Amino acid sequence: MRQLITFIRKEFLHVFRDRKTLLMLFGLPIAQIILFGFALSSEIKNSKIAITDYSKDPVTEQLINKIASSNYFDIQHTVQSAEQLQSAFKKGDIRMAIVFPANFSNDLTHTGKATIQVIADASDPNQATTITNYITRLINDFNTQSTLNAGLPLQIVPEMQFLYNPELRGAPNFVPGVMALVLMLVCTMMTSVAIVKEKELGTMEILLVSPFKPIYIIISKLAPNLLISLVNLFIILVLSAVFLDLHVKGSLLLLVFDSTLFILTSLSIGLLLSINARTQQAAMMASLMGMMLPTMLLTGFLFPIENMPLPMQMLSNLVPSRWYFIIVKRVMLKGLGFSAVWKETLILTGMSLLLFTISLRRFKIRLQ
Amino acid sequence: MSSTTAPPVIVTDKLTKRFGQFVACNELTFQVSKGEIFGFLGANGAGKTTAMRMLCGLLKPSSGKAAIAGFDVYTQTEKIKRSIGYMSQKFSLYDDLTVSENIRFYAGIYGMSIPQIKSKTAQLLQELELEKEAKTLVSDLPLGWKQKLSFSVSIVHEPDIVFLDEPTGGVDPVTRRQFWDLIYHAADRGVTIFVTTHYMDEAEYCNRVSIMVDGVIAALDSPTNLKQQFGLDNMEDVFYQLARNAKRKAD
Repeated sequence: MRQLITFIRKEFLHVFRDRKTLLMLFGLPIAQIILFGFALSSEIKNSKIAITDYSKDPVTEQLINKIASSNYFDIQHTVQSAEQLQSAFKKGDIRMAIVFPANFSNDLTHTGKATIQVIADASDPNQATTITNYITRLINDFNTQSTLNAGLPLQIVPEMQFLYNPELRGAPNFVPGVMALVLMLVCTMMTSVAIVKEKELGTMEILLVSPFKPIYIIISKLAPNLLISLVNLFIILVLSAVFLDLHVKGSLLLLVFDSTLFILTSLSIGLLLSINARTQQAAMMASLMGMMLPTMLLTGFLFPIENMPLPMQMLSNLVPSRWYFIIVKRVMLKGLGFSAVWKETLILTGMSLLLFTISLRRFKIRLQ
Repeated sequence: MSSTTAPPVIVTDKLTKRFGQFVACNELTFQVSKGEIFGFLGANGAGKTTAMRMLCGLLKPSSGKAAIAGFDVYTQTEKIKRSIGYMSQKFSLYDDLTVSENIRFYAGIYGMSIPQIKSKTAQLLQELELEKEAKTLVSDLPLGWKQKLSFSVSIVHEPDIVFLDEPTGGVDPVTRRQFWDLIYHAADRGVTIFVTTHYMDEAEYCNRVSIMVDGVIAALDSPTNLKQQFGLDNMEDVFYQLARNAKRKAD
């Protein structure tokens, strides 16, 4: 036991001596949150739009005011003709146009029902979908709030409801993704590099000749990384609560438990990578190329897995972060309990046990 | 100097290691006495590393017998590990730890208690005249000091035998000479030194020398006797005469 403590102490010394790496380790989650939260936001604000009002009545005026006051839209023009609209689109002056037909007010007062035309620049389909969604919601709000029709809704539009994310914010989707990515990267890279470093230095031979047990070497190498990863998890949760107004809705304990499970899985992968790598660079490359890409692509936070071809979907089942991502979304965003994530938890447990056993055995074999 | 009367601490009898068809070590039989400096020479690929790994308990022999400090290499590897020290040419110190942290770590993994470690650290620093450098990072030490520290660390747990695998690789002759003073000092205290080297002047410093060629021990005696036996002036020529007949290529 004393031997183990000596070793773990040494591992922490390594970590704290290397200020640059330490800075990078804790800077990574912060940079990711900023990057995904603000710079790479899928949220679209101040979209330039044009409004053509052929009706010109108090109702359209009210609606236009409502649109103008939203920070999603920035009304550039009030255009009069279809030609003007077309040229504004072509020049890229506007992303979307809203056209109120001449009989808008007439229809509304007589039938309580009217249509408006929404034209969006779909050269960027995601953006187009997003901003048309914004406008649909805005009009829905208007319908229900308006008192023009004696308290009755003005217009029947298909109800668009955005569960868990009513403002279509980007944060709820990427924070779990960032958590998966950061934890996976830190754990695999740190672990594999730490072990390969001992091989490169020649100190591994000394450890093998000593009565120190291989399992202790592994535990000591994993301990600081486990701690760093838990601190990183905490940083991400605090940042997203403070800056992105995204709080843990479910049980924090459950989230930490499943995160620890995911961390252990990633640590085992790092261990496995270190067995075959001969140099620190090779270990680093293997972690980056081998883990970062699959994690980014197959976790489901950048590209929905349902849209992938079947072989890719099957492949994604092997990526631990995919299951962790589901767990975090359910626990953190939807506030669901263990009954909603027991299957994913079980899969992660199985994965970490399997990977740890394999890496432990291979590690021992390599020592011979 | 010769310690033929001392009890043997390394005893091997037809120790053999095969990897498939390849016989890395073929029926090695020799003894090393307590406090002896035993040179283990051989060209690259002659089987030195394999033999050393078997003696350290890292590799199971295919056949034959061997006892290290009285412990069997087949069944008592854990006890062997407690009785030996090891140093390789890579020095095996952690550059990002200080001198005293390195000593403390190596003493610690051998299970020494904190008071033991403290007194041992003080003693070592004094012997090496490194007291002022206790809190210096090893990366800032000159090569010669690193090497001496590395040797001292390898015997920090007071083993019966220390295995030195080309401990003076890449070090200048003056530092090498100083390093050998440390080795003599340890041997005087009864530590058995088992050393591999490619420097033939170092072979002269050993009490006895074995020369491995193609997996077998081709010669084993004191440097003086070997030179006489082959009618040559120096160990360099003795080694060359034996090693040039080798059929195996270095790996």
